[in-house]
Amino acid sequence: MGDNGHISIEQQRYATLLSWGGRAGLLILVVSFLAYLSGLMPAHVPLDRMQQVWSLSLAQYLAQTQTPTGWHWVSLVGSGDFASLIGIAVLCACSLVCLLAVIPIYARRGDWTFVALCVVALAVQLLAASGTLGVGH
Amino acid sequence: MLREGLGDLGLFFKGYALVIFLTLAFCAASAWAVEGVPPASSMPWWGWPLALFVTCFLLGIVAVPSGVGGGVLFVPIVGGFFPFHLDFVRGAGLLVALASALAAGPSLLRGGLANLRLALPMAVLASASSIAGAMVGLAIPANVVQIALGTTILGIVVLMSLAKKSEFPDVPAPDRLSAALAIHGVFHDAARSQHINWQVHRTVKGLLLFVGIGFLAGLFGMGAGWANVPVLNLLMGAPLKVSAGTSSFILTLVDSSAAWIYINKGAVLAIVAVPSVIGMMLGATIGARLLSVLKASIVRKMVISLLLFAGVRALLKGMGIWI
Repeated sequence: MGDNGHISIEQQRYATLLSWGGRAGLLILVVSFLAYLSGLMPAHVPLDRMQQVWSLSLAQYLAQTQTPTGWHWVSLVGSGDFASLIGIAVLCACSLVCLLAVIPIYARRGDWTFVALCVVALAVQLLAASGTLGVGH
Repeated sequence: MLREGLGDLGLFFKGYALVIFLTLAFCAASAWAVEGVPPASSMPWWGWPLALFVTCFLLGIVAVPSGVGGGVLFVPIVGGFFPFHLDFVRGAGLLVALASALAAGPSLLRGGLANLRLALPMAVLASASSIAGAMVGLAIPANVVQIALGTTILGIVVLMSLAKKSEFPDVPAPDRLSAALAIHGVFHDAARSQHINWQVHRTVKGLLLFVGIGFLAGLFGMGAGWANVPVLNLLMGAPLKVSAGTSSFILTLVDSSAAWIYINKGAVLAIVAVPSVIGMMLGATIGARLLSVLKASIVRKMVISLLLFAGVRALLKGMGIWI
């Protein structure tokens, strides 16, 4: 793609962290999913039962499988189906680290508008991840 | 010269044959899925995840040359032809779009084809509205979401069929907001072997549209590249390559915030999401390598036809006409 001398330092830092985060998330996702499929890790909902419940609505699925909502899934990471969620959570959290990492660069430059934008973006991501936003059918 | 011409012709026919093969594979998969939504006991549990993996692999192959994100193909096709509830399909769709965006994002940022200053203001608003979209999507009945999805997909078909693109839009002067935010940049255009300076205008209108785009992304669990690119390119005047790259990068923020809502509500099933993500990413890798072989215009027409079919299917499924 040519030389990258014209690419800002914050953009390069963001790219590096995004790259590592994405790779780590995918690696965890694949490994944990293989452990889940192979039976190395027990499943909270047995694989042969999934066919009976994956066509249910979310509310019915949660009730029939006693699947927790919010961050309570973390207590079930010993199960293969929830271990896979770790990889998914890492993929979703990549941007948090990247945003945090570029704030000091903007601050040193006195670019307070973009410091504020990064902080708001972080707050939005954290609010979404917090599990405090109540929804349901 | 004759040999070169024959070589080109051979390459074209190879590409055409591949497109025909992919079309037939999609039709076969669709027909099988439509006719074969079987009683739970007639197929081993691994049959559907395997079919999902193969379908996503094929979708990944066509997503790259057709210029649409895998996420926009995933939700209507998997939601229409697989037995999974739409809530789980949308959760997986967001992750498919997110994983694809994460895979592409770093190189786009390093190459200057995605721009952080252009992306951040749009992404902040779109992320916030994607949360609202996800909440609304999980709160309203699935058939209503299906009808809205079908309508939106048909709208995308019209947009893809009619929308023009401008490689280097003319932006005589930046607007006040983009000037204040210093939203401008330079990227290296390898095709022209030169650095291209760019700036944008109509930033406020763009920001407002991104609120709606984020909402739709969260509501339907789709990537929103189909809407991001026209807004960045045609409305705001960013060069086409910068628009496409920045759109992909914006999805890393928008889809992750919506995906958190689906995760926390239990709407992400590993058995649906992981084969989809892996299949789509492997397919996209092949698709990127086949760029020079496949005839992009033919693939694009095929994808538009697929979307038209899936959009009608979603609409009729939501209305209870074609369950």
